[in-house]
Amino acid sequence: MSDTDAQSVFFMRDTMLPQVPPPAGQSGPVRWLRENLFSGWFNTILTICGLIALYFLLRGLLPWFAHSVWTADTLSECRQIIAAKWGPDATGACFAVVRERWTQWLFGFYPRHLYWRPVLTLVLMFVAMAPVLFPGVPRKLMIFSAIYPFLGFWLLWGGSAWVPLGGMAGFVLGYIAWRVLRENRPLVGILVAVVIALLWWLLLAGPVIDLFRSIAPLAIESVRSDRFGGFVLSLTIGVAAIAISLPLGIALALGRQSDMFLIKTLSVGFIEFIRGVPLITLLFTASLLLNYFLPPGTNFDIILRVIIMVSLFAAAYIAEVIRGGLAALPRGQYEAADSLGLDYFQAQRLIVLPQALKISIPGIVSVFIGLFKDTTLVIFVGLLDPLKGITDAVRASIDWKGIYWEPYIFVGSIFFLFCFGMSRYSMYLERRLKRDHR
Amino acid sequence: METIERAPDMSHMQVSDEIAIQIRDMNKWYGTFHVLRDINMTVNRGERIVVCGPSGSGKSTLIRCINRLEEHQAGQIIVDGTELTSDLKNIDKVRSEVGMVFQHFNLFPHLTILENCTLAPIWVRKVPKAEADATAMHFLEKVKIPDQAHKYPGQLSGGQQQRVAIARSLCMKPRIMLFDEPTSALDPEMIKEVLDTMISLAEEGMTMICVTHEMGFAQAVANRVVFMDQGQIVEQNTPREFFNNPQSERSRTFLSQILGH
Ligand SMILES: Nc1ncnc2c1ncn2[C@@H]1O[C@H](COP(=O)(O)OP(=O)(O)O)[C@@H](O)[C@H]1O
Ligand SMILES: [Mg+2]
Repeated sequence: MSDTDAQSVFFMRDTMLPQVPPPAGQSGPVRWLRENLFSGWFNTILTICGLIALYFLLRGLLPWFAHSVWTADTLSECRQIIAAKWGPDATGACFAVVRERWTQWLFGFYPRHLYWRPVLTLVLMFVAMAPVLFPGVPRKLMIFSAIYPFLGFWLLWGGSAWVPLGGMAGFVLGYIAWRVLRENRPLVGILVAVVIALLWWLLLAGPVIDLFRSIAPLAIESVRSDRFGGFVLSLTIGVAAIAISLPLGIALALGRQSDMFLIKTLSVGFIEFIRGVPLITLLFTASLLLNYFLPPGTNFDIILRVIIMVSLFAAAYIAEVIRGGLAALPRGQYEAADSLGLDYFQAQRLIVLPQALKISIPGIVSVFIGLFKDTTLVIFVGLLDPLKGITDAVRASIDWKGIYWEPYIFVGSIFFLFCFGMSRYSMYLERRLKRDHR
Repeated sequence: METIERAPDMSHMQVSDEIAIQIRDMNKWYGTFHVLRDINMTVNRGERIVVCGPSGSGKSTLIRCINRLEEHQAGQIIVDGTELTSDLKNIDKVRSEVGMVFQHFNLFPHLTILENCTLAPIWVRKVPKAEADATAMHFLEKVKIPDQAHKYPGQLSGGQQQRVAIARSLCMKPRIMLFDEPTSALDPEMIKEVLDTMISLAEEGMTMICVTHEMGFAQAVANRVVFMDQGQIVEQNTPREFFNNPQSERSRTFLSQILGH
């Protein structure tokens, strides 16, 4: 390049430019419409087709909702009211059935005078979940969260308080064993803890509970499992299975990554087996086969059996979701943890899992939502789920024979509320844990 | 490549006779690939060693063997009198004596700068939190970023992140520091700030092994340069001798490539 050329492109700024705001007037409804709905001939055709479809849909649905009847004693009374008001050919929803029978969808055949117990259990559930879900809540409440499963069990099923306390004692004994052994032999500690807890539950708990019961019963009115139904049943199974399947899924995901052959093989085998089998099969196993394997005479509650099966099922899926999160972590994170001297459990708990779980949140919540909806499958083992079990029971009465859509809309809306809530919470959690500000 | 301004005076530094790291006839394979061959090396306390060599020559593998991020298959590595075997106790002991700084920093992105620095002291050394915080702030001041303590690694520049990584290692009060190409992932204007931090560490008498291609740093700080090629130590010498009068053909080729003429 010659000197003259270099001269001619010389430039030097003598005043620096200040920051200016971006140009205004780039938004507005008309502009939005043009950009999003009518940006080309293809989009325009799609928009018009969409509008036509929407029109027909609403033309059918709107009158049906607008004519809905909320107070009536029978389906035929509903129909009469609609015919009288809107003409003989008019359609209309009969939500009176919801108004009259809503307690049944919520509580199943739970004794009416004890409705306060499931309600209290639900309210306490939010208290127990608060410290787990939100950072501002005092950590001390965690103790309540730990006790809650046993309290909830007692409130729902009633009976002697010594039964849930005995169940809790197994965990406490296991925890003590683990605390004692953890310093020197962490893996042995876990094993011993599990064995001690199992020994307690299988051999000692029964006689000890009977002993305490004979001293002081501490009992409230008990409710048998076949009285459970509707959303009390769905929530009991759903919440319990969610709480059990998450830690189990984490353990399985870590097991699958383990260097130890036995642990790895067991984890992989379990995950692949469970994922290869339909949930219904597992539920049938729970209701029929388990009876053959359990020692004769043990009366293992059907709802508890279903909870275990649903938990195992969800845990296998969660394990795979978390495995994806684990795989996304750069090797450097493990190396940094190692080089600082953290041991395996510390590295997993402090470095690996917080990051892997964060990545896995959307997948985990999808599994939870699926699990919650799958609780309706318990109808196949004779439990009264809200969707079909209770709806059929309602329809079986002469008053409401022939009603079809309204119960499904009602039950569907409640499911939607819970699932949408979970989905929003997961989005909130993702935002809260966001750390890359690049 | 002049990234070092102030020439540190290392002449007063005493290298003691005490042996910090002893490597004897060490061999390592990746599968059938013989990555380290017959490594023999002694590092005295207070020594500052620069390891250089072409890419793939096994420099990283060598220093990763010293804190057992990689396992060697034959020979001995003795760090501070503890031999590295499959005994977990020994490995933990060595790791708590040896700090390591990586090419890509490897900070924990979900923890603040301060938490990054206090995590290991609290969980491994069982230091009370207040004391760990104080130590962390002390070292963050030393690497000149105390005001960033409550930010997350993602909010810092590469040079700042690497200085945090150094501070994080120092918080464990290690007696030996390993550096694996600490400046090669950095933009040129950030290299200096990291090298300055390493120089001040050297001035305090830290035993250091640095894999680096910063020849200015090597000349100013190191008291020995170890040149590796194809998994072997080809040449060991003082920086002055190594740069002005390389003995082997391989070192000459390497130096002519890296110095760009
Ligand atoms: N985990 C591994 N498995 C197999 N080969 C590896 C592994 N890590 C490094 N290597 C190989 O070992 C050799 C030395 O690698 P490395 O020590 O990283 O070299 P340097 O740091 O000198 O560039 C290279 O050829 C590299 O491909
Ligand atoms: Mg390398």
